Amino acid sequence: MVELIDVINIGLFAAALRMATPIALASLGGIFSERAGIINIGLEGMMLTGAFTGVMVSYFSGNPWLGVLAAMLVGALLGLLHALLTIKFSGDHIVSGTGINIFAMGFTAYMSQVIWGSRGASVSVRGLQTVSIPLLKDIPIIGDILGSHTPLVYMTLILTVLSYIVLFKTPVGLRIRAVGEHPSAADTAGINVFQIKYLCVMVSGMLAGLGGAFLSLGHLNLFAWGMSGGRGFIALAAMILGRWMPFGAFGASLLFGFSDALQMRLQALGLLPPQIILMIPYILTIAVLAGVVRKAIPPSDYKPYVRE
Amino acid sequence: MNMAVRMINLTKIFPGVVANDSINFLVEKGEIHGLLGENGAGKTVLMSILYGLYRPDRGQIYIDEKEVNVDNPATAIKLGIGMVHQHFMLVPSLTVAENIILGREPTKNKVLLDMDKILNDIEGFSERYRLKVDPKALVYTLPVGVQQRVEILKALYRGVEILILDEPTSVLTPQEVEELFKAIRALKEQGKTIIFISHKLKEVLAICDRVTVLKRGKVAGTVKAEETSPGKLAEMMVGREVIFTYEKKRVKSEEAVLKVEGLKAINDRKLPALNGVTFEVCKFEILGVAGVEGNGQTELVEVLMGLREATAGRVFVDGTDVTNTVTGERIELGVSYVPEDRRKRGLILDFSVMENLILGKHNKYPFAKGWIRLNFEKASDFAKGLIQEFSIKTPSEDAPARNLSGGTQQRVIVAREFSRKPKLIIASQPTRGLDVGATEYVRKKLVEMRDQGCAVLLISADLDEIWALSDRIAVMYEGEVVAIRDPGKTSELELGLLMAGGKRD
Amino acid sequence: MIEGIRRVNPEAWHTLREILTKLGLSVRKILPETIAIITAFLIGAIALLITGYPPVEAYSAMISGAFGDVFGIGQTLTQATPIIFTALAFLFAFKSGLFNIGAEGQLLVGAFASALIGISFNNLPVYIHLPLALLAGALAGGFWGFIPAVLKVKLGAHEVITTMMLSYVASNLTSYMVNYPFKAPGWVPQTIVVAPSAELPRILQPTQLSASIIIAVALAWFTDYMLKKTTLGYEVRAVGLNPSAAESSGISVKKGMILALVISGAIAGLGGAGEVLGVHRRFIEGFSPGYGWDGLAVALIGRLHPVGVVFAAILFGALRSGGMVMTRATGVPLDIINMLQALVVILIAAPKLIRYLLKRGGFKW
Repeated sequence: MVELIDVINIGLFAAALRMATPIALASLGGIFSERAGIINIGLEGMMLTGAFTGVMVSYFSGNPWLGVLAAMLVGALLGLLHALLTIKFSGDHIVSGTGINIFAMGFTAYMSQVIWGSRGASVSVRGLQTVSIPLLKDIPIIGDILGSHTPLVYMTLILTVLSYIVLFKTPVGLRIRAVGEHPSAADTAGINVFQIKYLCVMVSGMLAGLGGAFLSLGHLNLFAWGMSGGRGFIALAAMILGRWMPFGAFGASLLFGFSDALQMRLQALGLLPPQIILMIPYILTIAVLAGVVRKAIPPSDYKPYVRE
Repeated sequence: MNMAVRMINLTKIFPGVVANDSINFLVEKGEIHGLLGENGAGKTVLMSILYGLYRPDRGQIYIDEKEVNVDNPATAIKLGIGMVHQHFMLVPSLTVAENIILGREPTKNKVLLDMDKILNDIEGFSERYRLKVDPKALVYTLPVGVQQRVEILKALYRGVEILILDEPTSVLTPQEVEELFKAIRALKEQGKTIIFISHKLKEVLAICDRVTVLKRGKVAGTVKAEETSPGKLAEMMVGREVIFTYEKKRVKSEEAVLKVEGLKAINDRKLPALNGVTFEVCKFEILGVAGVEGNGQTELVEVLMGLREATAGRVFVDGTDVTNTVTGERIELGVSYVPEDRRKRGLILDFSVMENLILGKHNKYPFAKGWIRLNFEKASDFAKGLIQEFSIKTPSEDAPARNLSGGTQQRVIVAREFSRKPKLIIASQPTRGLDVGATEYVRKKLVEMRDQGCAVLLISADLDEIWALSDRIAVMYEGEVVAIRDPGKTSELELGLLMAGGKRD
Repeated sequence: MIEGIRRVNPEAWHTLREILTKLGLSVRKILPETIAIITAFLIGAIALLITGYPPVEAYSAMISGAFGDVFGIGQTLTQATPIIFTALAFLFAFKSGLFNIGAEGQLLVGAFASALIGISFNNLPVYIHLPLALLAGALAGGFWGFIPAVLKVKLGAHEVITTMMLSYVASNLTSYMVNYPFKAPGWVPQTIVVAPSAELPRILQPTQLSASIIIAVALAWFTDYMLKKTTLGYEVRAVGLNPSAAESSGISVKKGMILALVISGAIAGLGGAGEVLGVHRRFIEGFSPGYGWDGLAVALIGRLHPVGVVFAAILFGALRSGGMVMTRATGVPLDIINMLQALVVILIAAPKLIRYLLKRGGFKW
């Protein structure tokens, strides 16, 4: 007999926080990119490539942290590609991002086959270990939810706070917001518009890659085909729901993380056919966009900035 | 003589047009120097070069008699050059303070913004130059006159010595213009050099010490303000005598074609834009709507055309209630629209001239029946006819609209809208950005349509235009029509007062 | 560079020019796409080398597999067919200013709907059953496009995300359908076979090529006609190029957008129906190796021109059919195709990039 308590319990909330992490990281990336005026649809591909790179490097080096670093680097490189295409070569943001997504799908499966002989899944590798924060984990309830996670989860919380501070309390953040909303104003104020845009898109790729690294190294310890599963897109929805603010996006990510965790739990319990359960996060995303977006004004001017 | 600015032999060429042709431009230190010319003469381009937004193709620039290479605005700012643009370069969602310090942000411990210092500094400048602002206000909530002050403070904050003002009065009431002039004179007293770009003769003569006139990219002459007159300047600008008035031969009629009652609406920023607008426009009449931009004129036009929702009130066209109906219905009833932004709302730039000319009629006889086949021969004939009738300068009717000049583009819109033989024409800033020839043409056509019985609603920020064309003048202030006047029975002073919210009916 | 080719083989050059002119194109116009494709293949070759595969063998296996014999050509065209549909779907939505990246999902629901009609009736004459099944596919796809359209128009929800999400939903929903309620006896998640009266005839024995390709090409021609010569097409293009101006002239932007996405979805759904009724004669889970994504790339390569789309689709169909032969012969993972496609998309995505490459390359050739 399946009781409600088997489904909804403390473990679920801890799992929600875990599952929210990759989405939160990617949505932070989305925020940086869009606040500078570039739509990054390629978060999905950057996340997937990050997931793969992390596992690959961990496989060859035996060190999961090197894998995390590599994932961030690769994400930043893909971000650079997207930036070049959209800024230097005036490419359409969505087409460029979609191209990166398709490339990631092919590339990761291809390399999976080459390295491990299977395009479905890699072998298990050394993943990130969970750490427990002393004192915190002893607090009842909160401690069970927050006390014990892989370091990336805690990093995400820190990065969220940092993002807020950077965007709203530092000169760089001010310039980013100006560049995104009114590039001419920033330009005539003497700011290097292009430099800021490149920087932000690369950061967004780096964060997405980091999110991907969590999916593979912080969770399953292997790479599986298409394991990002649309989270890069869901991250965009989280970003919109969170009104392009770091804390808002994090909160929205928690919502999606919750649905993700719930879906996994329901599958494990075998209450409904897996395919039906799998649909939940996607339908939730659509519902969120439908309910929320009318009032959401993006903070940016997405046109390519041309000066002469 | 120690010149603050010396531009020698400046040439700048854009595809198809020589914007600046071997221009010699000298500005003395501490003077207010006017740069006068009609739209398209090259004034903004020249100053944009000085500010580093463009690179010249030929020529040298000397600041304080030292040759410089201004390759971007950051360099210009370092040289002490500041520019207040015609279209403000302010970020709407940031505060006044954030906009002022942008690019030169003071920090504590190198990382975080030092908000206290920022607020202090701004207060200091504000006092010294008599430019009152609220540093914490969000820019998009501010009226245009205050935004301009923020722009000037921005330049001062960067230590500007040479301040370029590009068409600063186009968005001000006559009273605000006086305030601005006081501020400019205060700047001169502090030793600053001012370059005042304008196409308005009278203002240039009122504030400037010397004036350089540009005509079609070349310097037509440099004179001292006290040694010249409006007539002489006009001749230099255009090369012929310019007629500024129009015959007002008029049939009177009391038949209202457009009736607006208590109209209310909100703008894109969710702030109230229209607060109960009421007026009528009759046949054989041009009703000019005067007012500083930003007092609801744009929203009024959008509501009248069905592009924005009216939250209260009614609109009647020819007796039919069209409040909140779709745009198509109003067009059916005989309303034509000349939008204020011709590139955004008036034309589809990637369509051909012909396709633009049938826009709105494309699904009607004789061009098509419903959703099916477009009759291209008929459309082509129609287009050719209009091209001739309205003297549209285009290589063919298949040329993309994008390649046409501003004046020609406006002719396409006028041709399309007026050939419909409308009952009501809504013309919003119809001569903005056009050279004198095109401006005269559009105004002539409006008067023609009126004489044929059309009712014309003319919205213009150009008070001269309102004076010249209107049979009655309505003044808009803060979303209401505060007065309606007969041009023969009022004065610029009274209108200015009304436009600034002075007395009202 | 063009001079060089012309000098080397003048006859081939003239024939090429004639063919292109007949289609309303010219060498200059298709140069960017050609360069993009060649460059993509070059980069692919380098990737193959680095990972230890022989590029020359791989590519020649691909080409001979795709065009070498009747069976190969038939497979190429068969694979090209659904891609034509999804490309047209993306193209049509794009012309109205919308990004429909959910063609894959619309294809799937259309496929399933047509399968459903196909298996549900046994006694209908073919001239009723077949059109009905095709119609079901189009309607289902159209509905799958209607949802994001309404969400966009009424609620401002960005269609890129909603169409993408609906794609995932469609994938899971159809998977559920053929694993549970409509599962045929046996191990494979698929429906039972459709009734013979719902089959699209095969037109090239012994291959799987069905009449679906005729529908596809006709649809391509019809889309071109619709966009250029009808008022509906005029309005769709107006809305796509400048919604503000269209609105000011009385065109209903909302109606235009909804119509565009619904038609777009219907086209993709029809493509799915074509696959089910013509090729497989049943709905099999996973029958689409990503036709939706191929369609996007093909639409871009084909310059959003229905004629270009057909040719580009054949190219991609060749990639898929030849790819299978290549994998069997050389062991190269099939995913190289995805990478090649993505490279082409990336190279085409930025118009200035090709010019930049030409400038750089021009000095080196």
